[in-house]
Amino acid sequence: MNAEPLVNPVVLFFASIFTSNILLSNFLGMCSFISISKDKTSAYGLGLAVTVVMTICAAVSWLVLRYLILPLDIEYLSFIIFIIVIAAVVQMLEMIIDRVSPALYMSLGIFLPLITVNCAILGAILFMQIRSYGFLQAVAFGAGSGMGWWLAIMLLASIRKRIENNPVPAGLKGAGITMVTIGFMAMAFIGFSGMIAVQ
Amino acid sequence: MSPLLIGPLATGAISGLLALVIALTDRVVNNYGEVTVDINGGKKSLKVKGGSPLLGTLAAESIFVPSACGGRGSCGACKVRVLSDVGPHLPTETPYLNPEELSQNVRLSCQIKLKKDIRIEIPDELFYVKKFAAKVESIRDLTYDIKEVRVLLKNPAAIEYVPGQYAQLVVPPYDDIPESVQRAYSMSSRPGEPDHVEFLIRLVPGGIATSWVFKYLKVGMDVELVGPFGEFRVHDTPAAMICVAGGSGMAPFWSMFRDMKEKNTFPDKEIWYFFGARTTRDMFLLDELRALEKEMPRFHFVPALSEPKPEENWTGDTGLITDVLDRYLKEKIDPSRPKEGYLCGSPGMINACITVMTKNSIPEGGIYYDKFA
Repeated sequence: MNAEPLVNPVVLFFASIFTSNILLSNFLGMCSFISISKDKTSAYGLGLAVTVVMTICAAVSWLVLRYLILPLDIEYLSFIIFIIVIAAVVQMLEMIIDRVSPALYMSLGIFLPLITVNCAILGAILFMQIRSYGFLQAVAFGAGSGMGWWLAIMLLASIRKRIENNPVPAGLKGAGITMVTIGFMAMAFIGFSGMIAVQ
Repeated sequence: MSPLLIGPLATGAISGLLALVIALTDRVVNNYGEVTVDINGGKKSLKVKGGSPLLGTLAAESIFVPSACGGRGSCGACKVRVLSDVGPHLPTETPYLNPEELSQNVRLSCQIKLKKDIRIEIPDELFYVKKFAAKVESIRDLTYDIKEVRVLLKNPAAIEYVPGQYAQLVVPPYDDIPESVQRAYSMSSRPGEPDHVEFLIRLVPGGIATSWVFKYLKVGMDVELVGPFGEFRVHDTPAAMICVAGGSGMAPFWSMFRDMKEKNTFPDKEIWYFFGARTTRDMFLLDELRALEKEMPRFHFVPALSEPKPEENWTGDTGLITDVLDRYLKEKIDPSRPKEGYLCGSPGMINACITVMTKNSIPEGGIYYDKFA
């Protein structure tokens, strides 16, 4: 196992929100990003769900990676194992939230299962593996990436709300103008890069 | 150990472990203990195990709320009114509820999970709905795409219903249909023969239940029915019945007319029955209905073909059933008599008939129908 990078988890947390936003710099999790950003309430629910799942999955996957995958030398199976872990965590989370907080379950409800196939989650876990983060770093990175994703989808939902009543050329309506918007957002976020280096 | 073995074993072990954790979580988290379901203000009170959707829990207690999809939330039929608080409407429910139902807290019983004591309101008649084990006794081709399926009830061995009501046929999983579904069919049989139920089933291309009936249902097979359901029935008023049907929409009327003749119910009610088809190929039960017309002076049968071929020698009325109906309402049926409409067929036919009927001064509140999409 490579040595942990020398990054303070707190720095990593903020870096993964702004300078290397998982969505706007790596373009992960685009499918639900585009389809669920039509209104702010759903975007908020999905963002929250992604953040919670990403944080927990990062922690669980780190443990699985450290104490199972690496000692057994089965890194070639890590993709499959991580996917199983994500699916199981989402399943358990759904059951627990349903019991503990029906209100939260209501707002997350249909988004939780959707997240199982959100590639941003798997992406964050794989980054964690490649960059050989320590436990705290992994958790900070997971939480930060989730919040970054949340921030991005909230921004996009707000922008789309404002675009709604504007004259968009026919050929660009819907997904077209959304892609262009995401491009601009990504460019704006590039302005943050260089402030903190995380890799 | 060989690395070839370690990989699958480790993956299997992790999956197994996670499955175990999920099962344990499910045990602990989804254990809601015993909850009480109070139905219709204390008329019935059930003590059941919590944690499952209301629809299935009620069915296990032999209360069958109608459901065409079997609890997947895709038909919107299993509505019940919930009087206690079960949280706000779910996104999976709202598409099936109108503003009035939303304000009355009408819910889809397949979507709400029993977590605590609950008070609900359902139509009283649902207490009489039962699940029947039956055996297919005969299958008769009425036309090239309509079959009459007759089943013998085994357990319970008799059914009590009002002509016009429907039952749900339970279709088991087949081919690439993974789950059991239920579809509603009007009973075309007579209540006077309570140990048998008949349905008229038309082949709908791509239809899950009808394809199964046409492909797999054979004489001697065991089937399950749930019923009776529905508000469609003869209303006890002096008004004349103006009935319009097409295709398998014949079913409730075939039940009603025979029952009325057999028991001489509503003896003062005049009956006009308009049945529309395209060609004689789509016509059925013609002789039986004409015989009934002879035996029952108050019954008038008007079959009409919209596209009769010259070689068919059709002597009855021609034209779209709505045009024929309009003509009769204007010229042949005493305009001063009060009338009420009874419709069964495709949504398109029903809407068109409502327009014709209201134009001919049949009040919209006096037009009854079951829309089968």
